[in-house]
Amino acid sequence: MNPYFFYAFATITVLMVVLMILQKNPITGAMCLIVSFFSLAGLYVLLEAHFIAVLQILVYAGAIMVLFIFVIMFLNLKKEDLKTGRRPFYQFAALIASGALVTFLVVQYTKIPPVSFPESVAGFGTVEAIGSLMFSKYVIAFEVIGLLLLVGIIGAVLLGKKENHD
Amino acid sequence: MQPFIDQIISECEILQGLPLWFSYLIFQLIFCGIIFVFVAVFAMLAGYAERRVAGRIQSRIGPNRVGPQGILQSLADGIKVFLKEDIIPTHADHILFRLAPYFIFIGMFLSFVAIPFSSQWVIADLDIGIFYLLAVESLVVIGIVMSGWASNNKWSLLGGMRSAAQIVSYEVPVALTILLVVMYSGTMSIQGIIMAQGAAPWNWNIFQTPFLFVAFFPLFMGSLAEGNRMPFDMPEAESELVSGYNTEYSGFRFVIFFFAEFSNLYLIGALATVLFFGGWQAGPLPDFVNGLLGIETPLSAAIVKNLVELCVFMFKSLCLVFIVIQLRWTLPRVRVDQLMNICWKYLVPVAFFNLVVMGIWMVVVPEYVTDIVALCMTACGVLLLGYFFYRVAWQLKNTKARLRFNPLS
Repeated sequence: MNPYFFYAFATITVLMVVLMILQKNPITGAMCLIVSFFSLAGLYVLLEAHFIAVLQILVYAGAIMVLFIFVIMFLNLKKEDLKTGRRPFYQFAALIASGALVTFLVVQYTKIPPVSFPESVAGFGTVEAIGSLMFSKYVIAFEVIGLLLLVGIIGAVLLGKKENHD
Repeated sequence: MQPFIDQIISECEILQGLPLWFSYLIFQLIFCGIIFVFVAVFAMLAGYAERRVAGRIQSRIGPNRVGPQGILQSLADGIKVFLKEDIIPTHADHILFRLAPYFIFIGMFLSFVAIPFSSQWVIADLDIGIFYLLAVESLVVIGIVMSGWASNNKWSLLGGMRSAAQIVSYEVPVALTILLVVMYSGTMSIQGIIMAQGAAPWNWNIFQTPFLFVAFFPLFMGSLAEGNRMPFDMPEAESELVSGYNTEYSGFRFVIFFFAEFSNLYLIGALATVLFFGGWQAGPLPDFVNGLLGIETPLSAAIVKNLVELCVFMFKSLCLVFIVIQLRWTLPRVRVDQLMNICWKYLVPVAFFNLVVMGIWMVVVPEYVTDIVALCMTACGVLLLGYFFYRVAWQLKNTKARLRFNPLS
């Protein structure tokens, strides 16, 4: 793992997520999130997990974000809707809470001993390796997740149908 | 790509003095440049071909004034568009409006990274190549949605939203069909999928089982829809939405949309060729050509081999491109609700059924039966192709424009 690439991708990811929170315009925020997803995929590639990297782009940047943007565009927010009243108390509280969190994290970070990245095994992160793991060691978890997703899909269909009858 | 570059380096003494990464970088850049030029030239020629085919199908002449038979028409149009003023609407979202064409452009070119033009000429043969192609397509969707939203125009917005809905829906049958091919070939690498097939038609994936043959149609229709081609070009339906998501674009930014559209046209053909029609597989043809030319050095032999395979790949994919162009001027545009019905009520169930039955078939049916089935399927395919040509010939013969017109006289 090349440290320069790691720091570049990590910086972009964090920066874009922070930007996403700070954006007032939801579409611009969504775009920042997309860029952060792409750099996160870059981090996965650096970790030799190419399959996960492509899944990250396909599922998050592709399907989920397109749906997000779709919904935001449907809402069609105007500039007046985006203005929020100033609440000094909340701002002050948020400032203190986030300051405390950052201090805590920095203190914890300095305590971590430096660890070098282990060399990856040949064939690590390929479709074959992931597939054989999923169908041997983690087969029960895999099937349960499949069932969970099926329940989710059926639930979505039911919710979608209910509105038509009323 | 790497074996080919290694071969060139081993033959060429100047390159041996340079560091290895530098020569790799140089060759990859050259190859990317070639692809860029190819896409530009292809967009121009396809634009011209499309208008001529349209003219022929609609019993009119089409562009034939600029250059011999109008071949330079696209160049003239390109120059004209370049000279246009680059307008950004006042109330548009300036940053996103400028950014959107780049997203589309990058998405298109990232797809070309994984397209294998011959056995050695591919920029990167990824382990997950076919999956990667699906993933980078999402950048294009984001670009289209972005351009539609940022234009601050009702037509653009509608176009962008239609595009998002359409591509997200049609990605499902396309992904399921690709999964079917991946299952049959046992690999996700694009080169692996091609190598699992053969040069002869009865070794192509499309004629292997009836399910693969049926699966070709969801894939083809899905990629037409994802490429915003007729009959699924809802995002830029010009009779309803002016020009859809690119209504507000002019000048060079519009050219980028135009390029993206035509490189997508090529990608439709290339993807179908890779998955179903044997890709660059040329069988004994490269050796035959090498023998004919009397080439002995390994490097020139490799170049000739790759060139022959490139020609085979281009021929197959351009045939499919021609069919796509013909479809555009043959079929009427579907409505939005029809579009969604076709996808969710027909293509997705068919793709799922195919996937399940194909799995059973692969386990149950012995090999000698599949060989016989493959031969029968090929015969059916040949008959279908014959009928297609018969119909085209009939049309060409009986529906000629009754207009005597000779631009040279």
